[in-house]
Amino acid sequence: MSPSVVVVGAGPAGVRATAAIAGKGVPVTLIDEGARVGGQIYRQPPPGAERPPKDLYGSEAAKAVAVHGCLKEFKGLIDYRPSTLVWNVFKGQLDLKSAGGEEKVPFDRLLIATGAFDRVIPFPGWTLPGVFTLGAAQIALKAQGVAIGRKVVLVGAGPLLPLVASQYLKAGAEVAAVIDVTPFSAKVAGFWQMMSKPDVVLRGLGYLYEIRKHRVPVFYGARNLAVDGSQNVESFSWTSSGGKSHRVDCDAVGASFGLRSETQLADLAGCEFEFDHLLRQWLPIAREGGRTTQETVYVAGDCAGIGGADVAELQGDLVANSILEDLGVSVDKERLTVVEKRLRQYSRFRAGMERAYPFPHHLLDDLPEDLMLCRCEGIKLGHLMEVDAKTSPHDVNRQKAFSRVGLGRCQGRVCGMAAAEILSKFNGSSIESAGRLRGQPPVKPITFTGSSAT
Amino acid sequence: MVERPQQFQRLYEFGAEPLTFSVDGKTLEARPGELLLTAILLHRGHVRDFEFTDAKRAGFCFMGACQDCWVTLSDGSRVRACDTLVENGMEVLTTYERNAALEGQEDVS
Ligand SMILES: Cc1cc2nc3c(=O)[nH]c(=O)nc-3n(C[C@H](O)[C@H](O)[C@H](O)COP(=O)(O)OP(=O)(O)OC[C@H]3O[C@@H](n4cnc5c(N)ncnc54)[C@H](O)[C@@H]3O)c2cc1C
Ligand code: FES
Repeated sequence: MSPSVVVVGAGPAGVRATAAIAGKGVPVTLIDEGARVGGQIYRQPPPGAERPPKDLYGSEAAKAVAVHGCLKEFKGLIDYRPSTLVWNVFKGQLDLKSAGGEEKVPFDRLLIATGAFDRVIPFPGWTLPGVFTLGAAQIALKAQGVAIGRKVVLVGAGPLLPLVASQYLKAGAEVAAVIDVTPFSAKVAGFWQMMSKPDVVLRGLGYLYEIRKHRVPVFYGARNLAVDGSQNVESFSWTSSGGKSHRVDCDAVGASFGLRSETQLADLAGCEFEFDHLLRQWLPIAREGGRTTQETVYVAGDCAGIGGADVAELQGDLVANSILEDLGVSVDKERLTVVEKRLRQYSRFRAGMERAYPFPHHLLDDLPEDLMLCRCEGIKLGHLMEVDAKTSPHDVNRQKAFSRVGLGRCQGRVCGMAAAEILSKFNGSSIESAGRLRGQPPVKPITFTGSSAT
Repeated sequence: MVERPQQFQRLYEFGAEPLTFSVDGKTLEARPGELLLTAILLHRGHVRDFEFTDAKRAGFCFMGACQDCWVTLSDGSRVRACDTLVENGMEVLTTYERNAALEGQEDVS
């Protein structure tokens, strides 16, 4: 009987891995919560909302089409389960939930390729209707052909900012301002390292050119962000690095500050984590070839550390080889060497990117006590501070029990990292000592048909 | 307070014939291929009542991560507006969870 190989996540990493495994004649189960393959960057709109690939993916259209199509030739070997959530991993078994019901799937080898989510830092007004993540702003456009508002302010601390801004402008949306909270000097500092991938730098400059062409003002080093409005977004205000106050009228804001890996399944699978200083987050320890500390569990793509779509594809390929090797299937060593070499180039680029978009510590300064920190449960920053002053250790996982921050429906995906940053700043301790929120099943609320319980 | 007539703005038209669905009893038009979040926000400024204060919410992440877009359908099932496709005749309720929380009858967490 063939071993049971399961891949979770049908983004570029999961799809490439699935194709490489099936390409060796080994059957694979590919599970994704989404309805179609592609993951975040190569997301396919639902039927009815499709547009030509060039319109949707721009310069990346050919890559998108290749990822969407690469499973076709192995159809007979792939058990593809779309619209299916993996909500737990326990003792060599996955718990699945789909419209068809629940199911348990055992595995001999598990590849976790669950991607990433926007990194959120709360600011006054961020829970008002009309404030979305940058990722949401992009999905609205890509998957639905809509803009998040009529007059949009975009705010960020990563490459998604100029990208989304240029995509909005090309689509004819009005962008009132582009606000990069990291300083311009950081771009200069990161430039030479990023030039290890000149094509990517060129693409980035193209986005900036598009923004300039439309005469949209771009600001760097912004602080004291706030959204104002009584019931909806009415304006966005901030202070420039020189101390000048700014305000622009708008009816929507897209704001998030880089990406964070979606690691909950790796946590539930028992993988050990370590703190990654470059990416400033806890990640599953990935040894050579994407092997984790759990013998049968592997990680690839953004969930193993933010690297972008091209890295995700390469890692998918690489990790597939590790799985095949560990199952005793012979692999093409020469091809592997090429993949490894290309991955090394990207790691230099990545270091440059992190220099260009450093973590915006200054956004944590002067946060008001009545700031809503946890949007699920409506918990204020002052409450976390109060609870933390009374109890120790000053660790997010511990404070979750007392303050309920991170205990809501999103399981701390949204506020957990910000809560850790705030605790470490408040206590003058390292970010590692603030720990991390542990994954808990179900990783997302699951509803049982006919009942309102989650 | 006046409700914003729409939050989202359509930039690309879909070709298919429109369908109708309702939100809190009001009949609205949508296009096949629209997710509920889009279908609702093309007609109003929010998606649901927040359970714990009198604030409104309109989703946040559009990718099934933040859980801030749950609405109730007429058969009692609860769905995320950002990953559920609108269907002809669908009846969406957006105040149910706050009412349930206020009445203390249901565990909404
Ligand atoms: C909103 C957003 C927009 C982005 N836009 C761009 C962009 O325009 N350009 C760019 O270069 N990079 C972009 N990125 C970065 C992007 O994530 C990577 O470049 C690339 O998509 C990573 O590929 P991946 O295969 O690792 O993960 P992803 O493409 O994120 O795929 C992960 C998949 O796992 C699935 N999944 C996660 N958890 C579960 C679960 N529990 N059960 C079942 N399925 C699950 C998800 O549905 C998803 O399809 C974006 C990221 C985000 C979050
Ligand atoms: S908008 Fe975040 S889960 Fe739907």
